[in-house]
Amino acid sequence: MLTFTIRRLVLSVPTLLFISLIIFLLLELAPGDPMAQVPLTVPPEVKEKMREALGLGQPTHVRFWKWLVQFFWIEPQVMIDHYFGTTYAEGDLRVISWQTRSPVMDIVVQRIPQTLWVVGTAYIVGILIALPIGIYSAYRQYSVFDQCGTFVTMVGFSIPPFFTGPLLIVVFSVQLGWFPFIYDTTHKVTDWDSFVYQFRQMILPVMVLALQTTAQISRFMRASMLDNLNQDYVRTARAKGLSEAVVVTVHVLRNSMIPVVTVIALGMPAIFGGAIITEQVFSVNGIGSLLIGALFANDLPMVQTLTFIFAILIVFFNLIADILYGILDPRIRYD
Amino acid sequence: MTDLSNPVPLTKPRSQWLSVWDQFKQHKGALMGGGFLAFITLAVLIGPYIWTLDPQKLDIRNKDLRPIFNAIWDSDAKVSWAHPFGTDNLGRDGLSNLLAGGRTSMAVGWAAMLLTLGIGTSVGVIAGFFKKLDGPLMRLTDLFLSLPILPLLLVAVTLFRQPLRANFGPEGGMFILIVAIIGITSWMPTARIVRGDILALKEREFVLAARSIGTRPGAIIRRHLLPNVISPIMVSATLGLAAAIITESALSFLGVGFPSDFPTWGKMLADAVQRMEEFPERVMLPGIAISLTVLSVNYLGDGLRDALDPRIRGR
Repeated sequence: MLTFTIRRLVLSVPTLLFISLIIFLLLELAPGDPMAQVPLTVPPEVKEKMREALGLGQPTHVRFWKWLVQFFWIEPQVMIDHYFGTTYAEGDLRVISWQTRSPVMDIVVQRIPQTLWVVGTAYIVGILIALPIGIYSAYRQYSVFDQCGTFVTMVGFSIPPFFTGPLLIVVFSVQLGWFPFIYDTTHKVTDWDSFVYQFRQMILPVMVLALQTTAQISRFMRASMLDNLNQDYVRTARAKGLSEAVVVTVHVLRNSMIPVVTVIALGMPAIFGGAIITEQVFSVNGIGSLLIGALFANDLPMVQTLTFIFAILIVFFNLIADILYGILDPRIRYD
Repeated sequence: MTDLSNPVPLTKPRSQWLSVWDQFKQHKGALMGGGFLAFITLAVLIGPYIWTLDPQKLDIRNKDLRPIFNAIWDSDAKVSWAHPFGTDNLGRDGLSNLLAGGRTSMAVGWAAMLLTLGIGTSVGVIAGFFKKLDGPLMRLTDLFLSLPILPLLLVAVTLFRQPLRANFGPEGGMFILIVAIIGITSWMPTARIVRGDILALKEREFVLAARSIGTRPGAIIRRHLLPNVISPIMVSATLGLAAAIITESALSFLGVGFPSDFPTWGKMLADAVQRMEEFPERVMLPGIAISLTVLSVNYLGDGLRDALDPRIRGR
């Protein structure tokens, strides 16, 4: 297991490098010009100077190398400096956003809590709703509950978040007036009242995201439970007189959870990506809206860094899913 | 001893597709999904010839009309039989916009799905059949699977919009770009499934027999392997169609899709969000159209998967 983990970790390094190269080349090939917004009255030689100031003067491979050094060597140093008060990164050039002329990672670090709060809560809520539905649907297959559950998850699976978002806003904010429809990111939780406000403004975006999660995971849970319910060991457990509750929750559930846990791990980065739309609908000031803003402003270092962070998340959670599979299921041996 | 004197069976052998159809009929949701998909495809294809109002025509005098069914509960609502689905803030007809938008969305969906299948099947077949290419092609698939798809889609669409527009016109360029990008970023599951099936199939006797009478690899793939992997391809086709429609609508919703005067369902939804307190139906109609289409495609896929799986079909 340990060797497998180490091998996968080592393998993920070239994968990530290759992905960062693809993203870099994609941005390089793109015809957008960061100088497009500069007034026409600015003489060309000044424009050339400005271009060089942005670090655009050098050939592609040099800039790619510089970005790699900045992202993998200087940024971790900055982080260490921040936590331990050391001065490793002092004077080193960091990845600078063209929009704000401040380090990209500082902005990302400011934005990530917003996304994590909304997306993380939604994911947990979605899982907590999905598991019981999936378990009970499978246990009572073809019952009314199962029929309804399957239908509802199918609907939840099919309705895109950019429709459920406005729909929920119309129903709950406009017609009923229960929840605010814009997520106020500057809101700070200090006492009970502000906590209630925070809770209320989180309900709608969390519901939208949780619907997607619930639909996917409960379908997986149901299928996995159905696979296990007909196994021989379940009959054995019943034959030796165990109660139904023990058979289902201990024997069947534990075995059915193996694929579901990996699906949960694999869904983690996708939910970050999917949150881009939900953040846009509810004006959550997270990394999704940061990416869209940077794209429209032609802020290539920001786009490059953010896209790469998404890639890291995907590679990382793929790794976690593989390792979890090996740990949870003793029948699977990687070596 | 078996009777060999009459080797011809009394009844004609049952076609495989007949029993597939029998099983498919059992799945009511899939039947309805297939019916609805056929209906909506025909509606967007033929509809504009029946409902001939130009979706771009501005009719400021009749702007902000409500759909005709609003009159049921609100007798003061501004409705007109000339515009059964209402008009928008510039007086463009709702129904003809919905039909035109559906045309774009479905065209993008079908084209992107076909491209996805084409790439996925070729990669899968080549990787499964030619041992030398298996390793590199599957590494490539893994790599594509770990790309962040939605951010990359956004990046590519935003950055490559201008040159394609200049070359193929605003609508044509965007169509090519969106279809190509969806195709390039979603072929991986198909490739994996097809490769797995090909790996198992190519060890079977009939492939050995074909090889031993000197059939060339190309002919083996075309005549013996591809017909046998058609069922997983069909199932992933339905999934691909649903995903492509949603992706196109999401791009339009985020404002990086088709140009603003060119209706698609996602675009109409995004435009309507601004004034949805007063005119909720403008969000609802395209939203319901997208959701119902995707739902029916998903049900169709579920039914197809059950019908094409011989283990389930026997029951």
